[in-house]
Amino acid sequence: MTTAARTDGPAAVSLAADAVSKRYGALVALDRVSVAVRAGACLALIGESGSGKTTLLRCLNRMVEPDSGTIAVDAQPTRDVDPVRLRRHIGYVPQDGGLLPHWSVRRNVALVPRLLADPDPGARADAALRLVGLDPAVIGVRRPRTLSGGQRQRVAIARALAARPGVVLLDEPFGALDAITRAELQEAFRRLRGELGMTAVLVTHDIREACVLADQIAVMQQGRVHQVGTPQELIDRPATPYVAQLMAGAG
Amino acid sequence: MTARRGRWLVALVPWVALVAIAAPRRRQPAGGQPSARPIVIASKPFGESFILAEMFSQLLETHGRRVERRPGLGATEIDYGALRAGSIDCYPEYTGTGLLAILHQPMGTDARAVFDAVLLGSLQRDSIRWLPPLGFQNRYAVAVRRSTADSLHLATLSDLAREGARLRAGLTADFIGRPDGLPALTRGYGLHLASVQALGPAIKYQALAAGAVDVIDGYSTDGLIARYDLVVLTDDRQIFPPYEAAAVVGAALQREDPGAIVVLTELSGLLDEAAMRALNRRLEVDGTPVATIAHDALATLGLARAAGVSSAASRAPAGLSSAEGRAVGLGDYLLAERGHLLALTARHLTLVLVSLGVAIITMLPAALLLARTPRRAGLALGAVGALQTLPGIALLAFMIPLFGIGVGPALVALVLYSLYPILRNAYVGLREADPGAVDAAVAVGMSPSQVLLQVRLPLAAPVIMAGIRTAAVIDVGTATLAAFIGAGGLGEPIVTGLALADTRMILSGAIPAAGLALIVDAVLALVERRLVAAV
Repeated sequence: MTTAARTDGPAAVSLAADAVSKRYGALVALDRVSVAVRAGACLALIGESGSGKTTLLRCLNRMVEPDSGTIAVDAQPTRDVDPVRLRRHIGYVPQDGGLLPHWSVRRNVALVPRLLADPDPGARADAALRLVGLDPAVIGVRRPRTLSGGQRQRVAIARALAARPGVVLLDEPFGALDAITRAELQEAFRRLRGELGMTAVLVTHDIREACVLADQIAVMQQGRVHQVGTPQELIDRPATPYVAQLMAGAG
Repeated sequence: MTARRGRWLVALVPWVALVAIAAPRRRQPAGGQPSARPIVIASKPFGESFILAEMFSQLLETHGRRVERRPGLGATEIDYGALRAGSIDCYPEYTGTGLLAILHQPMGTDARAVFDAVLLGSLQRDSIRWLPPLGFQNRYAVAVRRSTADSLHLATLSDLAREGARLRAGLTADFIGRPDGLPALTRGYGLHLASVQALGPAIKYQALAAGAVDVIDGYSTDGLIARYDLVVLTDDRQIFPPYEAAAVVGAALQREDPGAIVVLTELSGLLDEAAMRALNRRLEVDGTPVATIAHDALATLGLARAAGVSSAASRAPAGLSSAEGRAVGLGDYLLAERGHLLALTARHLTLVLVSLGVAIITMLPAALLLARTPRRAGLALGAVGALQTLPGIALLAFMIPLFGIGVGPALVALVLYSLYPILRNAYVGLREADPGAVDAAVAVGMSPSQVLLQVRLPLAAPVIMAGIRTAAVIDVGTATLAAFIGAGGLGEPIVTGLALADTRMILSGAIPAAGLALIVDAVLALVERRLVAAV
């Protein structure tokens, strides 16, 4: 993570959630959750379905509005920022890729630069495609539905990075892929973080993936955070039996 | 004084406004002089009405009036409604119908009393004038085959009541339902039939001749009674109300051209039942053009003048002008009428395309608005959907007091029919566009309107096109009803053919209409494929 590698984009930003709560009727999705990610770090949110990890992720780009608590990007509360403008500066990779099926790959990847009125969104798209190991000349003109699952996720990552955001959010980005492709993409993502140095928040239910990719892991269950720490800390000093049981699976 | 005059003026305002609304587009003519605009003569969609209206028209033309013909405009409600709205000036009507269906008064059996009642009722309520009757009655007639009459000794309706339990009846829905129809027979004669089947007017004579039924209702002047050698049973207890034919004239013509009314009155009392049946027979059995029949009839009555008639005869009601009889086959008929049918098809297509275009232009933005405020969508879709449930004929009937007759109101009705499929499909398509793609589009920072126009709209395109195709096919079908309010199109030969029981004429409208529906759908399918490939 040298400074030279980050010259072509905004610097990585820090993220913080402070006492964030969210209810859906009687269901408590988030119960006074606080986590912090320093600039350039990768935080994994791990837990079972219904633990609140995806809700927390979507609070970070205001796709979900918390009932209470504060989200801050670089110490600035996000509630003061227009949500549409905020999202253009936060990369986003959903599990299914979320590519627009009626657009070519290049147009999909160029979307955020275009929204930000970049003078040459196409060039930005091609550069991003090359970053994720795809040939723009071959892949750029194709429709998303003609791609393999692995290619589609690479394109989704390229779209998230095309405008060089300071932070990228990933919602189980490799969950639907076969084991070999998943390992390839995990490796590619690690390399990209090393090159670009952006902050990342990664939702996953795969403890091994969390250990490989993240600097910090937040273990969540039923809307609460059990523990936040490095993988090693969680293995050595689990705060609760649930964390201990979970980390035992990491091997 | 000034204050009082001021109040006077204020009191006048609504009246001036009312007159301005009630008398649109009417030029003020010099008293008694023929007015500059053509006199609009309409008829109901059956042969006798065609002939009478054509006789009115030719008679007026021999007296120097310009006439615009609306043959087969519609049933009682539509014609009388159009007369009251000032869209037409005159059509032939029957006193019994006037009493029951128009004025909703209890029926009487005395012809003189019934005429006096309708004369007074229409004049007072609607400023519509019944001219003195033409001389014949077109009463309900109950008819059986001659063989049935002979074997069962049937001559009167009392005889029919005696034998009713072994006879099957095929009656028009109209006759079954009207208080002066079957209910009156049941009440007056204690008639109970073995079975009663509702039959269309066009096929009941064939059904009787073929032995599918034993008893039918008809009209006393039907030409087909003579053709099939049927026996009309005498109404020995006089329960059927009188149906004297007469011209009814609207307020505008009474005001603008009293001379024309004098001309029309020349026909009063000149046509008896036998004469009218003979005229009907020429049309219904021989297939003689209406214009020729009307001209000959006027000549026989000494009312035709050579000058001016020939041009009128060539402008006979649409679809009725084919001079050859009914022996000509369908193929030859279509070939002979191809010019006329092509014009009707063009009119039909124009009606469909214009109404479809208006519906698309209004409903796509409406769907886009509703897609952003789904809470209001249920109400709006419900309201537009309610329009769809109105029967086509009813919707057209509502149009007349508001918009008169012709192309305008037909287009309004067709547009109303196209709204729902387009709005519903567009709304559903927009709301249910690929949720994963829509969510991702929002999450990467597209604004709500960008998401709607750049993501939801193109993704919904196939569903929207399906709605447009549905509306187009409905439109092609519904546009055949436009003929009922004088908007032309392929419904014209269908309506006339139904009235004349002329299958060939019905098919000459129905086949091109069906073809048009298929072609329109196929073309839109092509557009859809292009569109889906493009987005």
